[in-house]
Amino acid sequence: MTMNPAIELKGISKSFGPVQANKDITIRVMPGTIHGIIGENGAGKSTLMSILYGFYRADAGEIFVDGKKISIPDSQAAIAAGIGMVFQHFKLVENFSVLENIVLGAESGALLSPSLSKARAELATLASEYELNVNPDAIIEDIGVGMQQRVEILKALYRKASILILDEPTGVLTPAEADQLFRILKRLREEGKTIILITHKLREIMDITDTVSVMRQGEMTATLETNKTSPENLAELMVGRKVLLRVDKSPAKPENPVLEIEDLNMFDDFGVQRLKNVSLSVRAGEILGVAGVAGNGQSELLEVLGGYRKANGSVKIKGSEIDLSTGVAGDGQARRAQGIAHVPEDRQREGLIMDFMAWENSVFGYHREKSNQANRFFMDNNAIRKDAEAKLDRFDVRPLDTKLRAKNFSGGNQQKIVLAREIERDPDLLLVGQPTRGVDIGAIEFIHQQIVALRDRGKAILLISVELDEILSLSDKIAVMFDGRIMGERLPSETNEKELGLLMAGVSGEAVQ
Amino acid sequence: MIDFLTLIQVLDGTLRLATPLLLVCLAGLFSERAGIFDIGLEGKLLAAAFVSAAFAAITGSVWLGLLGGVLASILLSLLHGLASITLRGDQIISGVAINFLAAGLTVVIAQDLFGQGGRTPPLKSGGRFEPLNFPWSISSKEMSDAGPLMQLYSELLSGHSLLVYLALLTVPLSWFVLYKTRFGLRLRAVGENPAAVDTAGISVVGLRYGAVVIGGILCGIAGAYIATSLQANFTKDMSAGRGFIALAALIFAKWRPWYALGACLLFGFFFAVDNRFQNILMPAWALSSLLIFISIVLLSYVWKKDYLDKVVLGGLALGIAIISFMVISSVWTSGLSSQVKIPVVFIQSLPYVLTVVVLAGFVGRAIPPKAGGQPYIKER
Repeated sequence: MTMNPAIELKGISKSFGPVQANKDITIRVMPGTIHGIIGENGAGKSTLMSILYGFYRADAGEIFVDGKKISIPDSQAAIAAGIGMVFQHFKLVENFSVLENIVLGAESGALLSPSLSKARAELATLASEYELNVNPDAIIEDIGVGMQQRVEILKALYRKASILILDEPTGVLTPAEADQLFRILKRLREEGKTIILITHKLREIMDITDTVSVMRQGEMTATLETNKTSPENLAELMVGRKVLLRVDKSPAKPENPVLEIEDLNMFDDFGVQRLKNVSLSVRAGEILGVAGVAGNGQSELLEVLGGYRKANGSVKIKGSEIDLSTGVAGDGQARRAQGIAHVPEDRQREGLIMDFMAWENSVFGYHREKSNQANRFFMDNNAIRKDAEAKLDRFDVRPLDTKLRAKNFSGGNQQKIVLAREIERDPDLLLVGQPTRGVDIGAIEFIHQQIVALRDRGKAILLISVELDEILSLSDKIAVMFDGRIMGERLPSETNEKELGLLMAGVSGEAVQ
Repeated sequence: MIDFLTLIQVLDGTLRLATPLLLVCLAGLFSERAGIFDIGLEGKLLAAAFVSAAFAAITGSVWLGLLGGVLASILLSLLHGLASITLRGDQIISGVAINFLAAGLTVVIAQDLFGQGGRTPPLKSGGRFEPLNFPWSISSKEMSDAGPLMQLYSELLSGHSLLVYLALLTVPLSWFVLYKTRFGLRLRAVGENPAAVDTAGISVVGLRYGAVVIGGILCGIAGAYIATSLQANFTKDMSAGRGFIALAALIFAKWRPWYALGACLLFGFFFAVDNRFQNILMPAWALSSLLIFISIVLLSYVWKKDYLDKVVLGGLALGIAIISFMVISSVWTSGLSSQVKIPVVFIQSLPYVLTVVVLAGFVGRAIPPKAGGQPYIKER
């Protein structure tokens, strides 16, 4: 091929102390293509892109843009080289207008108004060229995340980026918004832009990329043409062994209802209604998955059921009403006594105490139980430690060291500690939020198996996840939440991603059918 | 009744006393808009007051005094910057340290240099900012015979030191810089989301240091003003909490330049009233109806508010209503038109009461810059 690659990295290495985040990475991306980079958390994808965008400096290696060797000491140099980046967490000033955000850092002079009018004209051109319409005077905090992401893309294009890096762009989007993003990316490719897409979602790689690189433990393990590979193959390359992508489970055998929620309403501290007449029921031996875009009331539902938020309505556990009116510390304990276990959404803030050791973390919430007390005054630490070791072993926590502090375990192993604590108590109802957020593919498989095993022991499970794939593969019944309401309930066999996506976007059930 | 000349004199005092507040408030505005909380305004003001008075006393030049004050204040600002921007320390602690440093060092050095019990010697003419008298203005001796327009012109508009006019000019200037320039856009952005500024290829550290230095300059001018214009020497603790009051004014002003002018003039007015009058006499009916009016306004405001607001402001309204009834009952025998004395301490306490009311959300929530107080640590 005579064409120069748009971007070429040769032998990039980067260490943080003893940890080598990137080892001798070499990668070539041809202009006008979409190149995917896939890998587990901590595989070094983001470090690599941060080097390319001038956030970190590589210890060794060379960067070529359009065949010319350049050095990128800071973001300014990356922008000058035509590289634009859309971060996972948007870098926008929330109380500025769209126009001000686009102009920030790329002003044409010391005075603002000429810059703004120039940008306004430029924006109109970009909008028609790439079908990226956005109201330049809208304030960022008033527009949706899909629109905010569009502003980020426009920011890069306004700076004349020819290479666009997107870091996990679909994490915050509804399926419909993600489709729209992909249409935009395809359009950008048609216009000759080069796109690097970082993701951990295999499906996105298969859908949109031309070529794909796989990273594992700081190394580039393979670079392939997308149409010559398969999700199973990519997963194996990512993890280093064969992985089961679909959850292997038998049909559910649901029995009597364990959790019955009726007309649950909740207002937050600012008086905003977060739950609106929520009614749900979960039976023994059944997994109910609650789907929805983050921030539509799922977290609040978990918090109410877990006992640390006040609410109005009726919630019954195995037929007996629970008290929703207090919502203070201590209620969590009452809920546990009623057989409710809770794996919170944010394990680092709510599930664990990061500075405490694994064995201490493995007993929280149950530390007042008789079996953990040596006598009236003291806890039986030896017994707790021994018990913890057995529990963590059954949940394959690595390293199996009960004296290691929670913060020193990887995300997946932290989650296993929480799951071990909650599941090993054999609860009647397990509340579980985002069980695999930030967890490696290998650990996801294990966690899913444990949740299914609990169901097969005849327990009820309420699963909340923003990952639609997870909801679809684990649930026996799916409820979709939007704006604090249940938009509808579906059986996984009778629905598809498109229908759920519409429900998640707030389109009513009748309209969908 | 208060005559027109007295009113003019009070307003004149308002202007003079609001000047240091305004400069310090704008200093805080630049710093906090860039995300650096500045509790050390008081210390910088005090240090600048001392250094300018000392320089002016030694050299006999007020301009060298001003320069010295500004330099001293910038130096402390850079110290605050070093601690909170470069070393990413706690901004509150660094500010408090600066306040203590200034309070102690000024007195110690003043004693060592001049041996007058921690003061600087009185400044002679040339070492002070003299009042600028506008053309055709009249002296205070002729004032009582002049017409109201002449009184307004000569007393209120004319006859202030250069720094008063400078402070007033700083307001539109700050507004222009913040909202109409590239620097201002970046400054406001760095106080809201430094990561946005960083990824746009602009130095967060550079911008924040810039903002902190501007704050230092403004604080320095304010310090020079109180020692070489408002007074004619440095005395121990002469900043008298102005740095903290300016911070309150900054919150009151919701971090905006024109609002800051309004807030500082209001606070200055209370101080001027306090200076001019010992106790204020008012007819009992006027006082109690004023109090009841305030109480009703408060109550109607809190009607739709949160529980906490209801308790705090409702309690305040109830207290005011009770005072009003006490006023009425105290004049029950002598009739409602008899005069009641308002102790001047009430006027003195008003700025602080107002600040509390503002913080409780009376004039809409005061939302500080989002990234304020947090050091910027680059991640990914």
